[in-house]
Amino acid sequence: MIEARPQPARKRRSISWRSREGRSVIYQVVAILSVIGAIALLVRNTLANMRERGIQSGYDFLNQPFGFDVSETLIPYEITSTYWTAFAIGMANTLKVAVVGIILATIVGTLVGVGRYSANWLVRKLCYAYVEFFRNVPIYLQLLIWYIVFTEVLPSYDELWQIGHFYLSKNGFSFPWPVWLLGQNLAMAGGLLGVVAAWLYARRSRRLFDQTGQQRPVALVGLALIVGMAIVGWLAGGAPNELSLPVRGTFQIENGASVTPEYLALLIGLVLYTAAFIAEIVRSGIASVSLGQHEAAASLGLTKRQSMRLVVLPQALRVIIPPLTSQYLNLTKNSSLAVAIGYPELVSIANTTLNQTGRAIEALSIVMLVYLTLSLITSALMNWFNARAAIQER
Amino acid sequence: MSAQEAPIIRFDKVNKWYASNGYHVLRDINLDFAKGEKVVICGPSGSGKSTLIRCVNALEEYQEGQLTVDGTVVGDDLKGIDRVRREVGMVFQQFNLFPHLTVLENLILSPTWVARTPRNEAIDKAMAQLERVRIAEHAHKYPLQLSGGQQQRVAIARALCLKPKIMLFDEPTSALDPEMIKEVLDVMIGLADQGMTMLCVTHEMGFAKAVADRVIFMDQGQVVEQNTPEEFFNHPQNERSQDFLSKILGH
Amino acid sequence: MSSTNSSQFQPITARPMPGRRTGIVAWLRANLFSGPINSLMTLATVALLAWSISHAFDWAVARAVFGAHLEACNNARGLGACWGVIAEKGRLIVMGRYPDTEHWRPVIATTLMLLVVGASCMPRFWNRWLPLAWLVMLAVYFTLMKGGMLGLTEVPTDQWGGLPLTVMLTVISMTLAFPLSIFVALGRRSTMPAIRTICTLYVELIRGVPLITVLFMASFMLPLFMPHGVTIDVLIRVIVGITLFSAAYMAEVVRGGLQALPKGQTEAAATLGLTYWQTQRKIVLPQALAMVVPSLMNTFIGMFKDTSLVTIVSLYELTGALSLALNSDADWRPFKIEAYLFITLIYFVFCFAMSRYSLWVEARTAVSKVR
Repeated sequence: MIEARPQPARKRRSISWRSREGRSVIYQVVAILSVIGAIALLVRNTLANMRERGIQSGYDFLNQPFGFDVSETLIPYEITSTYWTAFAIGMANTLKVAVVGIILATIVGTLVGVGRYSANWLVRKLCYAYVEFFRNVPIYLQLLIWYIVFTEVLPSYDELWQIGHFYLSKNGFSFPWPVWLLGQNLAMAGGLLGVVAAWLYARRSRRLFDQTGQQRPVALVGLALIVGMAIVGWLAGGAPNELSLPVRGTFQIENGASVTPEYLALLIGLVLYTAAFIAEIVRSGIASVSLGQHEAAASLGLTKRQSMRLVVLPQALRVIIPPLTSQYLNLTKNSSLAVAIGYPELVSIANTTLNQTGRAIEALSIVMLVYLTLSLITSALMNWFNARAAIQER
Repeated sequence: MSAQEAPIIRFDKVNKWYASNGYHVLRDINLDFAKGEKVVICGPSGSGKSTLIRCVNALEEYQEGQLTVDGTVVGDDLKGIDRVRREVGMVFQQFNLFPHLTVLENLILSPTWVARTPRNEAIDKAMAQLERVRIAEHAHKYPLQLSGGQQQRVAIARALCLKPKIMLFDEPTSALDPEMIKEVLDVMIGLADQGMTMLCVTHEMGFAKAVADRVIFMDQGQVVEQNTPEEFFNHPQNERSQDFLSKILGH
Repeated sequence: MSSTNSSQFQPITARPMPGRRTGIVAWLRANLFSGPINSLMTLATVALLAWSISHAFDWAVARAVFGAHLEACNNARGLGACWGVIAEKGRLIVMGRYPDTEHWRPVIATTLMLLVVGASCMPRFWNRWLPLAWLVMLAVYFTLMKGGMLGLTEVPTDQWGGLPLTVMLTVISMTLAFPLSIFVALGRRSTMPAIRTICTLYVELIRGVPLITVLFMASFMLPLFMPHGVTIDVLIRVIVGITLFSAAYMAEVVRGGLQALPKGQTEAAATLGLTYWQTQRKIVLPQALAMVVPSLMNTFIGMFKDTSLVTIVSLYELTGALSLALNSDADWRPFKIEAYLFITLIYFVFCFAMSRYSLWVEARTAVSKVR
């Protein structure tokens, strides 16, 4: 019997066209040299052209005052704020529409996707029609239409629609917002503690289930814990309940919180468009679980709800989640179309910068860097999820 | 079969039609199965034999007649169906193991969630079943990491974890490569020797001869002939049975 | 009950299902009113549909103005649609700024292009004349559109617009992107680390950023990349941008097909003595590409919709031509919504037809695979 021994060290490489290794090396060297050569050529041309046209370069413009009014800001902004601040505002606005958009699109998309399996024929057909319509019209066109709806079809300020303290008009949507004091911050802290408590409770009841076979209602108790601890925090902060109520002023709504019609148009347009794609993803995820799985679960005596929770959903989610995150990224990238309807998110700000300072490369590079970072983080999370959740095969 | 004991399964003038096209798939089925009896059901494809055994654990509904399993009438009553499903185990042609759970997790799923057995107790019982089908060393593997024969044995163990009174087998070896058929049939023979009531839809005639108390031949939704294996295989009475046997015994 | 022998056996003929309810009442009961919740849903949906359809009908048909009568349209504002805007501005929207008298040229050119593309989708035309047909079609297309020879007046590229531009951008960039994407996909699966890295960087970079930034980059930076004195047409810049963008996405689709192909195929080809490129051309790519045709169709449909973005870089395809037509004309500007609905219909018809076709192709190939 021959015993196992370690692999011998590699022989000297041969750089010859005939050897497999040699050819691979030659190809790669050629490829790298061509790419470097092409980049060098482009850079040389660019510098020459920029010199000739008097275009300056450099990122120093970021410290100069922006000089333009920005219509919607989460960060305090004055006319003398720098380009840095303007870009930061752009990023915040992108996130503002992306986060809310992703949540709403997921809810709507899941409902429509599940609705395709409804027992009701009308609901099934309507969901199908929704998906086919919104997927086959360009998002840019949809945004333009929603923009017109929110800036021209809605009533003007003088004839605004009012339900209680909610106002909707061409000027935007205003709603009551609590005056943010210590109490609210403590409530949020309490809520976070509640999440931790709910997680601990879930772990404990799982252990109990393993030991004795008794089931406890985890979801309801967890929810109660989160809400309860949030209330405790709020009470600890003196139970502030002052709401800033929007009031009808002469020219515009005062107090309260509001969002512009541009934001509304962008949000509704993105949500309805992306939800159509999410509905398709959810539907194909549900369809991917074969009938045999349902039957096996039924023949083992599992109820419909148990079968859904333990057998169908885990498998369906594995199929759903990768393309779902891809759609989330698409929604974020599509928010860049706001440049056409005047919502000041990142690409809009960059566009203004570009037109003002002529620093196309710098402005665009900032934008691309931000989006690339978001994409790479999401890709990394997705790969981690896939590796962990992948169904193990031979 | 003793005449005093009530049959554990009784089909009484059962008729079934497919809802999609109205096809009359089960025609006037009158059959009794005794406790501990091992029955092989065979017939050409489309004869309704799979549909017949799938009625026993209510995977298929019937429109006429009455089917009684262990004293419970199988019908619209959901509680009744639940009760029946706890007494009847089923093994599918496509195994239908849950690919996202390990072998052990596949087995303890139903005992912990339906029978409310504590987890450790369920694990012990599951390991015992895995030993019974001689696959205990793969308990922590995932189904797709096993061969077809191994997966089917796991599927049998999973059904046995419910401690069923009746086991249904729907062409358990038809999806297997030839060299793996024997290992699954050996497990089924072992089960038979231990006194389980078994209804098997299968083409494996060797298994039928070794184990079956009765062979039922079905064609076009009807029971054409039923007899002991020796009688059926050697002296088929009906020309349809003769025709069928000549086709499958020929090769 | 032990044995049944042939003297007792009586074959039973099939009977119809008892109580089987066919016809519309049974269908309604099963699909719309099968339970209390279901019935409630049906009633709520019907009420909602009735309300919205009656309002939509009122606006779009009952009180609408159908001719190009500006005064009647202004009177009907807010109450009825003004479809006259389409009669008045329709040609401008669909054709862009192409000179009125020469409209026959884009019509013929685009029809020819669509014919050749349609023929390429049907397997019975896949022979060696097809590439030749493409070359001829492209030559004829650009000659017709640009003019400046054969007695045709010259029409500069920044005046091309409307639907012909949308079609042309989609077709040209997909045609150019397709071979590029194959090379990039093969490169990503290469065993040579340098090539693999370059291709991966390209794909991840492009897929991580919005199309609009790619278009901006192409629009603002390509002129800077050119050697001194060379100018580059805005159309070419846009085509380069869209091509690079779609090639990255198509490369991922092709890569999926390559991954799905069993390894045994390349191994068998190697034992037969085929080189790498022969293997790819004759064995791997035909199978891999056939597998991903539906996804490729989806990318095509996506590109068709994404051409609407080139408006932002001043090339006025269908969506842009509308803005151009209506923004400058204060009389008809209030009726933008009607015009938008018009081009929504155009886009929907094109895209829906393409997606139906892709489903048909998918079903056909699936049938051939069923044993």
